[in-house]
Amino acid sequence: MQKMRSLFAVPYALWLMFFVFAPIALIVGYSLMDINGHLTLTNYQDFFSSSNYLLLTLSSFWYALLITLCTLLFGYPMAYCLTHLKHRDLWLMLVILPTWISLLLKAYAFIGIFGIHGGVNQFLGLFGIPARQILFTNFSFVFVSAYIELPFMILPIYNSLVEIDSSLIFASYDLGANKWQTFTKIIWPLSLSGVKSGIQAIFIPSLSLFMLTRLIGGNHVITLGTAIEEHFLVTQNWGMGATIGVVLIIIMLLVMGLTRQRKGGS
Amino acid sequence: MKKLQTLFLGVLVIIAVLFAGVLQLKKQTGMSGAETVNIYNWGDYLAPDLITKFEKETGYKVNYDTFDSNEAMYTKIKQGGTSYDITVPSDYMTQKMIKEHLVTKLSADKIKGLANIGPAYLNRSFDPHNQYSIPYFWGTLGIIYNDKFYQKTDVDHWSKLWDQKFRNQLMFIDGAREYLGVGLLTLGYSQNTTDQAKLLEASAKLRQLKPNIKAIAADEIKMYLADEEGRVAVEYSGEASEMLAENSHLHYVIPQEGTNVWFDNLVIPRSAQNKKGAYAFINFMLRPENAARNARYIGYSTPNQAALKLLPAKIRQNQAFYPSQAQLRKMEVYQDLGQKKVQEYNDLYLTLKIKK
Amino acid sequence: MKKNKIATLYLTVMFIVLYLPIFYLIGFSFNAGQTMNKFTGFSLVHFQELFSDSRLLLILLETFLLAFLSALLATLVGICGTLWIRYTKKKVTKNALLAANNLLLVSPDVIIGASFLILFTVLGKVISGFNLGFLTVLLSHVAFSVPIVVLMILPQLEKMNESLIFAAQDLGANYWQTLTNVILPYLTPGIIAGYFMAFTYSLDDFAVTFFVTGGGFTTLSVEIYSRARQGVSLEVNALSTLVFVFALVLVAGYYWISQDGSSSRKKRKKRG
Repeated sequence: MQKMRSLFAVPYALWLMFFVFAPIALIVGYSLMDINGHLTLTNYQDFFSSSNYLLLTLSSFWYALLITLCTLLFGYPMAYCLTHLKHRDLWLMLVILPTWISLLLKAYAFIGIFGIHGGVNQFLGLFGIPARQILFTNFSFVFVSAYIELPFMILPIYNSLVEIDSSLIFASYDLGANKWQTFTKIIWPLSLSGVKSGIQAIFIPSLSLFMLTRLIGGNHVITLGTAIEEHFLVTQNWGMGATIGVVLIIIMLLVMGLTRQRKGGS
Repeated sequence: MKKLQTLFLGVLVIIAVLFAGVLQLKKQTGMSGAETVNIYNWGDYLAPDLITKFEKETGYKVNYDTFDSNEAMYTKIKQGGTSYDITVPSDYMTQKMIKEHLVTKLSADKIKGLANIGPAYLNRSFDPHNQYSIPYFWGTLGIIYNDKFYQKTDVDHWSKLWDQKFRNQLMFIDGAREYLGVGLLTLGYSQNTTDQAKLLEASAKLRQLKPNIKAIAADEIKMYLADEEGRVAVEYSGEASEMLAENSHLHYVIPQEGTNVWFDNLVIPRSAQNKKGAYAFINFMLRPENAARNARYIGYSTPNQAALKLLPAKIRQNQAFYPSQAQLRKMEVYQDLGQKKVQEYNDLYLTLKIKK
Repeated sequence: MKKNKIATLYLTVMFIVLYLPIFYLIGFSFNAGQTMNKFTGFSLVHFQELFSDSRLLLILLETFLLAFLSALLATLVGICGTLWIRYTKKKVTKNALLAANNLLLVSPDVIIGASFLILFTVLGKVISGFNLGFLTVLLSHVAFSVPIVVLMILPQLEKMNESLIFAAQDLGANYWQTLTNVILPYLTPGIIAGYFMAFTYSLDDFAVTFFVTGGGFTTLSVEIYSRARQGVSLEVNALSTLVFVFALVLVAGYYWISQDGSSSRKKRKKRG
């Protein structure tokens, strides 16, 4: 396969050059410029010395972590159950389908469902539970974000689960392992690659959510995305916006490095 | 491999069908070959039947592209790569675009019907002699309340928003200028102040408003108020008119201290390719019957006085949406304060949002 | 048996939650009133509006054309990338490639959009006649979908047994045959997953598309977002209903085809 390698490399390398390295170079370039276009490090200084940005980074991390955990917690069992269904491919596609409807519309639907006179409160009312504020709470923000991201977690996990050779599982039972042991010793480790893909597809994009923080969170939850949007659009300070982008990229590289080490250790 | 091949072929077939469909629809709607007028506007901000009427009358084909914020539109126009013949910035953005030479000076002799625009809406500070822009719609910033929970006297001053009874009830439009502007108005300062001390004072004052804030939101406020999820909100009159139509308990009030008055304006970007078409469109929209039709479709206040006469008395005489000249004089337009000050406003706003 | 019941219950609840907002939207597309606040009666008026609005219909078709095409191209590039990364021997290079692959995935949309915009306008100055429009949007959608395709396929390829390839080559298969007869069939689930993800990303995207579009080309999400200030009308709900039904038909059709294929394969096996 080595000889074929260079052939495959061409389209992908072109893509890398034009759509990854060129834009990233632009972003790094912008992050080194102040609003007058002079070369400077002040953006980074501002970022690391401002309590605002550090707070934003912290809260972004916290919420991204929560969202990723929730999707994993609900997504993994779902992916697992799906693999045991008869028409499993069909069901999987039905999981993906909701993502084809506009995010904005789904958020509007949640506004209706979670509202003080909305579906959830009316349902609770049937049991005599008084209507409560659901919108603009941390719960509703995490819930809706996790809802939006859930299919992106289920899909890779499902794929890795499907590939597990069922003879391995039978072998494990034959050797006297119970269900829990089989799960922890065989299924979980073998599906780990899917879990990792899912986390990568969710965690870091969740750091820069901004639409939902406003729509569902009522700006009680603020993430780095809010600041980036503001710098790129409202204040037109692309330098600062790009700086936050660069910080995000560095964080990603660190996270990737860490997961690799762990892999080597075990 | 077979499965992959089938899928691949299936996708190709679907692409071909969709492509044919697109071509067919384009043929149906457009007189292909005709000259186009590229309009860059807010989504759904022009009655569709007016586009058809304009196309029929002039023979131009209209391309209607949309944006969702002044800033996003500005970024696109400034960066180039597109050629729009008409766009619709708000006041401060109009000023900024004039300053940066992004819009063309209008030649007065090509504009017909400017006399239809009321004098109160012309010669505003963002374009003192209307050399670059023609007002399209206008409105104010005010307070909407639900009469099941509050009455008019509860909200007739900005300062009353700090009252205990609004604790965790107030919804606010998401914008640095609007938020700090209300603080400045309450303290009796100009909404365009560049004085740092005044800004800090306003932001300290707004810190005390925080317990009353239920949410800072944008276009969704319409839904929240109509649903009675929110009971009182600081909102633009344009959006208010829509809410009022949906829920008869809602009312719109312009507080006594004065407020912000905003204008969306028609301008011709410098990169326009079909200036003749752009003028034709501006003149078309200045005609009273068209402006009136548009105002009824959109629901915002029209600056076209001749068109106003064509609207039902109920709309015309509504003080909340067509305030008196005396009231109008007390209102300020947001001015472009330059990047540094905009940054300062936004930093203060961000801090206010973050700190509990 | 008991475990099965729990699993069924869990899946039922999850699917209800997944589809609740969707059915909420669809329900209101049949509302006689004008908003999503109150259901005032059944009516098809919003569908009538939609079918007479040829602009919106055109946008719908263009959006799906874009999604199908960009996902296809992204999948092809992604497959190439996966193979390249997999057969890179040097560990450092491989890790660097992987990191580069993920860069776009982690950059916020607004930043990607803005930097693509700059890139395309620079290109536009070099190449005459290169304007913002369908082509630039297509390129961008391909660009931001490639990493997710790689992310979907790579784990499978990593797990693939090398001996399969050696066996094929021992049997005299050339590189191309090895690729099409051994590797790609093995990767099929990953490739399909990657295609679906790319398709979904393309339909979902607002920020990047907004920046790189022009010349009268718009996608659904750009149109929907820019309608927010005036209020999104129920016509858009009707549109979503159509999209949903179309998607269901598509999924069912795909499933029918794939079932057909696998059952005929089984038959052949029996005969053989």
